Amino acid sequence: MSGKLHIDIPAVEEAAKLLYIRALKLLPDDIKRGFRRLDSAETDGTAKTILATMIENIAVAEKTDNLLCQDTGIPIFNVEIGRDVEVDGVELKEAIRRGTARATREYPLRSSVVHPLTRKNEHTSSGIRVPVINIDFVDRPRTLRIEMIPKGSGSENGSFLKMLIPADGIDGIKTFVIDRVMEAGGKVCPPTIVGVGIGGTSDLCMHLAKVAATRELGSVCSDPEGAALEKLLSNAVNALGIGPQGLGGDGTAFAVHVETAATHITMNPVAINIQCHSARRASATFTPSGVEIGF
Amino acid sequence: MAHHVLQMPVGEAQARALRTGDTVTFSGSLFGIRDATQIHMFDRGRKARFDMRGHAVIHTAPNVRKVPASNECPVGYQPVCVGTTTSDRMERFTRPLMAQYGVRFVIGKGGLREASADAFRELGGAYLAIIGGTAALETTWIERILDVDLDDLNPESLWHFQVRDFGPLLVAMDSHGGSIYERVREVAAGKRAAALAALGVKA
Repeated sequence: MSGKLHIDIPAVEEAAKLLYIRALKLLPDDIKRGFRRLDSAETDGTAKTILATMIENIAVAEKTDNLLCQDTGIPIFNVEIGRDVEVDGVELKEAIRRGTARATREYPLRSSVVHPLTRKNEHTSSGIRVPVINIDFVDRPRTLRIEMIPKGSGSENGSFLKMLIPADGIDGIKTFVIDRVMEAGGKVCPPTIVGVGIGGTSDLCMHLAKVAATRELGSVCSDPEGAALEKLLSNAVNALGIGPQGLGGDGTAFAVHVETAATHITMNPVAINIQCHSARRASATFTPSGVEIGF
Repeated sequence: MAHHVLQMPVGEAQARALRTGDTVTFSGSLFGIRDATQIHMFDRGRKARFDMRGHAVIHTAPNVRKVPASNECPVGYQPVCVGTTTSDRMERFTRPLMAQYGVRFVIGKGGLREASADAFRELGGAYLAIIGGTAALETTWIERILDVDLDDLNPESLWHFQVRDFGPLLVAMDSHGGSIYERVREVAAGKRAAALAALGVKA
């Protein structure tokens, strides 16, 4: 018996299909806890009613085995490959594409994906470079993890990038976050997770914002400077009075999450990507003992 | 803050009776409409065949299942998950929907802007806010998909739903110039300086 974990490609296809449907139906516990925390702190009557309806919707989706939200999103798959894993990467990507298309046709799900110029919908939730598949390598023994995120468009349209300059400083970053959260208002389906990317190149900065927006609630930026900033910003956005659905109240965001990367001496980029209150995700972890499905 | 129980369609007086902060629950017909639907109707000259006078439209593109036509599913579509999308992208279509098709209510999430507020005031209509992202619940208010038009745009077809006790919805923009979104924008603008000061940003 070799010490390698061999990844079965049909199992990846099944997992991709299962994860897409599961993510659309079940919210992770950290998001449910986030709702309870916002609800208990909310002082606005309308906002409390809205939060109660959102919490009720989570229960209705579970009871009726239905999707939480009609927006099936743009499917994103984050693949983490650990040590001593044997997998054909090209086949892995193809299996994820097949699983996505099968979930769409077999469930059936609304395909929310169109060609960017012709606007033609292939009814597979797929197209050029979609599903988005991100592959990374991690220092874990004999593990391959696939995380699935159906990213809704209302919040994805609340994405912003600004190539600030060094003279704008951290003040420029903070001001940008406050102003863009105000601009997004109710359009991004608050309460949200505001993902902020700081540093890197323009594309890395935007990617970091997505990583931040889709991170588990309660998790903390591994860079202590970023961790301090996300705490400050979380309090600040919830002092704006935008509230759930932009109809007023305290609970504008579950949290602001920050991710950082080193940047150039002449640059100070900041990016925002927002996750709506239907902060959906699902995961499959392949190990020598089998496939574990979770969030 | 009144609660209105309505049977669709409604007349101008019923639409004008709604005030921001009121709530509405209605039954009868509801028409589903979205970006592509309205781009084709108003930018590409396609005519919708439904009579939407006095009715409500909802910003949606539902998840549906194709089934054999029956009394339950007259056009062979069964609702799977019907929710609501962000309205703001469809701001410029509010007036033609009202002026050309006689629509009274727009249902959506996130609100509309000044041009829609003007249309509601001049023509007698309102924006009814539904809670975005609560589609599992919303689907339980949908009885049937009665008909569909412009279905080459599927899922952004023009959908004719039969609904029962649809709501409660919040009157967020009315025909008297009231808009909760505008009010919240003013509140947030008023709190911006304090939020930045709390972050240590120098003015």
